[in-house]
Amino acid sequence: MIRFDSVSKHYPDGTKAVDELTFEAPTGQITVLVGPSGCGKTTSLRMINRMIEPSGGRIWIDDQDTSTMDETELRRGIGYVIQHAGLFPHRTIVANIATVPRLLGWNRARAEARALELLERVGLPAGFARRYPAQLSGGEQQRVGVARALAADPPVMLMDEPFSAVDPVVREQLQDEFLRLQGDLGKTIVFVTHDIDEAIKLGDRVAVLRAGGHLAQLADPAYLLAHPVDDFVADFLGKDRGYRALSFQGSPAFSLTQEQTVPLGATPAQAAGAARDGWVLVVDASRRPLGWIESGRVKSPIKPEMLHRGGTVATVGGPLRNVLDAALSSPSRRGVMVDDEGAFVGTIRAHEVLAEIEERARPELEDQEARA
Amino acid sequence: MINRIFAWLTDGAHWQGYDGIAARLIEHLGYSLIAVLVAALIAIPLGLYIGHTGHGRFLVVNLAGAARAIPSLGLLLLAVLWLGPRFNGDIAFLLPAGLVLVVLAIPPILSGAYAGVEGVDPDARDAAKGMGMGGSQVLRHVELPCALPLIMSGIRAGTMQVIATATIAAVVGLGGLGRFLIDGLAVRDTPQTASGAILVALLALSVDMVLAMVQALIVSRGLTGRYKRVKTFDPDAGVTPPAPALQHVA
Repeated sequence: MIRFDSVSKHYPDGTKAVDELTFEAPTGQITVLVGPSGCGKTTSLRMINRMIEPSGGRIWIDDQDTSTMDETELRRGIGYVIQHAGLFPHRTIVANIATVPRLLGWNRARAEARALELLERVGLPAGFARRYPAQLSGGEQQRVGVARALAADPPVMLMDEPFSAVDPVVREQLQDEFLRLQGDLGKTIVFVTHDIDEAIKLGDRVAVLRAGGHLAQLADPAYLLAHPVDDFVADFLGKDRGYRALSFQGSPAFSLTQEQTVPLGATPAQAAGAARDGWVLVVDASRRPLGWIESGRVKSPIKPEMLHRGGTVATVGGPLRNVLDAALSSPSRRGVMVDDEGAFVGTIRAHEVLAEIEERARPELEDQEARA
Repeated sequence: MINRIFAWLTDGAHWQGYDGIAARLIEHLGYSLIAVLVAALIAIPLGLYIGHTGHGRFLVVNLAGAARAIPSLGLLLLAVLWLGPRFNGDIAFLLPAGLVLVVLAIPPILSGAYAGVEGVDPDARDAAKGMGMGGSQVLRHVELPCALPLIMSGIRAGTMQVIATATIAAVVGLGGLGRFLIDGLAVRDTPQTASGAILVALLALSVDMVLAMVQALIVSRGLTGRYKRVKTFDPDAGVTPPAPALQHVA
């Protein structure tokens, strides 16, 4: 657990970067600090490992006051990931990852073995070990940055906009893998971002800061979307809050509509026979959905390039948002549902999903307090 | 003319003795290496310190600019006139000449070391600190190795300047390859003068080549971009799996 106790950072010219900030980042969870530029989120993060010294208040890690600890000792016990990774260009990937273990006095062989293990853990091939940072893409460098921070297995990690310098597709991959990794490791993480979507996707708890380092609201993402405390938080959360909040609601066992499907290579007659309202779903040999096709337009055996590519697929039991999106995006208006193996199980229509949503209560204050 | 120069250079008698080519070459190299070594011992730590702390940045900027305007012959004569009378024997000439060479070699080495540290990726420096390196560890493990290419170019530039300037040390009576130039001029022996010039040029080029090799050896391949080619077998290369028509919502 990391605890901020009335922490302030004032500069001699009178600027208040952070003002009397008090909050807790619980053990084993991701606490995201989010806010517009100048809200003091990075300053707050950097005060935890004393890259910036607070001018008032105390920061506790578990029951230790960080201001009483030796600076370098403190930092070696905290994983630190920054925006552009900050890899050492003159060292190989494996030497970069082994930095903190070597500082802690591990022998070379043990540090390298650990580094190789982490390289695999963050999804990079072992062949990268002897390469140099300049030979890697931005996304790969960022993975190395994460591996390097994890090398000495610190209980606490600080991450300062680690994924914001890579393109959106890679960012999404890195976020997903980061969540998977955190699922295994359960570190206490403080994560800074200016991107509210990232905050909501990654955070167990999200702290919205406003300019001048004031905490505007701290809550879990679903609650935040449902109950922004004021206009500032509401504006910062942005549009589509109701729709986005559905990401945090699991779907019940809907009764799905059975569909007749056809395989690739089916003839126009087979397609016409299986179609309902003019559309038929094409699946592969293991019944994984490939795409919809309009039976009236099938003039020859079905080939992959003839399929409609607009629809999304949702997993049974997954978030309501995905189920609703599958229905809304389907050209046939019938949302495609699959099981955990990705095999087609049935379809659902938007009004059925909406009926379920209307039945539900929104997350209320009592729930929030129970969770906190 | 060329034949006469060639004849002068290939005359075995010119290579031998205390005032032969071989001896002068060694003298010249000796003066130069000592001067560069002393200059490096002063300039590299100072440059690293200024780059690491940011204190005294103005010193580097002004010194490097001013040094280009120093007339080396004038400085040499001034040093001999000022220091010469205070010492006896050879040292009366060696010391002032050596001093001038050191003074000339310091600015390029100093600005190389400073610029090298200054130019280190701020993110790398931040990460190093954030992972728990102390100030001297950041300097030794990150800043110095990253600054090496620029430190080496400073040393090479300084060395070139010293080898060239050591030639004029002959004006005040010292040895080195400058002797052939100065003495040749005095007696209008053109082949000897030209040979002296050629020898200085060849010496400068060979020393620079040696330093270039040292640089290639000590600078990390990660900084130079000369990577060892790693052959890896990728069974998936060239095979892209067919994309499903429906995109799965994560």
